[in-house]
Amino acid sequence: MSKDELPQEAPSNETSQAAAKPPLSKERRLQARRKLLRTFLLTGGIFGAAASGFLPLAYAQKKRLRPPGALDEKDLLASCIKCGQCVQVCPVEAIKLADLVDGMGVGVPYIEARAQACDFSCDAIQCILACPTGALTYKKPAGMRIRPGAPLASKPILLAKEKDAEPTLNMSERIGVARLTRPESCLARKGQGFKGLARGPDFPGKLRYVEIDRWRPIKVAEHPYDVPLCDLCVQACPIKGAITLEKVTGPEGQVRALPVVHEPCVGCGVCEMICPTEPASIEVMPGEGWRA
Amino acid sequence: MSEALRRRFKEQIKAMFGAEPQKPALIEERAQKVHELKRLTNKAELAAAKEAHRARAKHHRWRNRRWLTLILVNLLFVVSFQLDIQILEGALTASRFIGFHLIDLNSALQVMLAHKHIITNLLIGTATVAVLWLLLGGRSFCSWVCPYHLLAEWAEKIHLWLAAKKLVVDQPIDRRLRSAFWVVFALLALLTGYTVYEAISPTGIVSRTIIYGAMSLWAFVWVLALLVFEIFFVRRAWCRYACPIGLTYGVIGIFSPLRIKYTLATCFHEGECRKVCLVPHVLDTVIKGRAVDIEVPIGPDCTRCGLCVDVCPTGSLKFDIKGLSKLM
Repeated sequence: MSKDELPQEAPSNETSQAAAKPPLSKERRLQARRKLLRTFLLTGGIFGAAASGFLPLAYAQKKRLRPPGALDEKDLLASCIKCGQCVQVCPVEAIKLADLVDGMGVGVPYIEARAQACDFSCDAIQCILACPTGALTYKKPAGMRIRPGAPLASKPILLAKEKDAEPTLNMSERIGVARLTRPESCLARKGQGFKGLARGPDFPGKLRYVEIDRWRPIKVAEHPYDVPLCDLCVQACPIKGAITLEKVTGPEGQVRALPVVHEPCVGCGVCEMICPTEPASIEVMPGEGWRA
Repeated sequence: MSEALRRRFKEQIKAMFGAEPQKPALIEERAQKVHELKRLTNKAELAAAKEAHRARAKHHRWRNRRWLTLILVNLLFVVSFQLDIQILEGALTASRFIGFHLIDLNSALQVMLAHKHIITNLLIGTATVAVLWLLLGGRSFCSWVCPYHLLAEWAEKIHLWLAAKKLVVDQPIDRRLRSAFWVVFALLALLTGYTVYEAISPTGIVSRTIIYGAMSLWAFVWVLALLVFEIFFVRRAWCRYACPIGLTYGVIGIFSPLRIKYTLATCFHEGECRKVCLVPHVLDTVIKGRAVDIEVPIGPDCTRCGLCVDVCPTGSLKFDIKGLSKLM
């Protein structure tokens, strides 16, 4: 009621002032007690909700792919202001913001590589440029944790701008590393080719195909493949020298091959996204370092 | 500024942090005269005048301007992303307005405390926003921009409707709680290195939900729970008793020249303003005999929402820019 919310004009019901003022009536004492109780209840409720905000820290062991240039998990959670400017500049919409139930920090960016990997269509890692707090950064300030195996031996060369004056990406650490996690299902290893749409006609993911349009990524569903020996991961990889197909001849003279990941791999996850087997034979391991 | 007004100014800062406003000990002589004259007025005439005031058509000029502004600002965020027109990119926590960094003061504070490493863009954005709201009235951020404020205003309407039917009763809470939350969330950020307030901030969540949609749907459930709580239990609970963002902008508002000004002589003390006010403790000056001067600026906790300006039957509450009348 409107009357209830007027500030108390009668003696204040704060206990600290009770001594100086005439004793409160029983009704007022009860009111004061109820108010105190409600205050505690609201406090409890809000801190309960706040505690749920800490869940991502509890899950921190579970690795997830963060955008390029992201600080190490704990530093990222501390510095991300949850504005989504990285989401807005990404030309392939690879970056998503985590929701409450995702357990990765409400509003903190992540990439689901299988659905839409970062293919560096922006050429210059625009998400880093957009970040206002340095949660995504070209150069880590001193004292920030660097994961073992994360530093790249040299600046990665982006195949799309290989002929440009500046062919490299301004990236000094990888966000993960690709591994052939299901070699048994890999088409190349089975000596099989691939014909058709890599991820089916309904797949919404996009990639930049330099030979089609250097400046505009198109839907993977609009780009059919026809290869005698599947090498989609190698074809799609945006980084020079990050993955190759190593041919081996089988015992019956059959040509087989194996995708092999090399040191320049930045962990963007394009290979995982394009892999036509279900589930993907090659996957990016978020946050993992390079092991020779 | 007179001594009485100076004392009131300090009192209002304390009130913002949760103290109950007290009866003034010192009242300017000219104000005392007006109070005295008001006591001498014929009761029947006064009652008749009040009746006439109440019967006058109500208008919502400032509320409509404010709602329009709030919706347009938030819509600008949405279309900047969805239609890719790139005028106001980001969300309320941090954004770029045609390239200029803007960073919410409380979010910036949380990140600075948690991360302990401040980059130039963060500083520039924070300083820009601080200057902006210093000029525009501090907590005017709450009522003119914050999207949760609008949802809470609608929830408040439902609450008041239910209260009129005696189905719910407002359960006021100790206002010092907001200051306590501010300190606790700042300490949590500093000590845990994690911006936990940002995870539950309804301002950030609502802003992200309207801009990014489904990505922030579950977090929005928490906001809905808050609104339900406000409808059935505590009127405007979050904005009044919890939100640290409001307090941060309130502190900026201490130094702001833009505020509501109260004129004692014309006021009939109907008290309509205090019924609609989000922060009625800033309007204690309109209670009969409380005004310390013939003109009293309203304190920093005021959100400059203009509801009192709309509802005041005598035009005794007006938007005012400090020093402007002297200049002109």
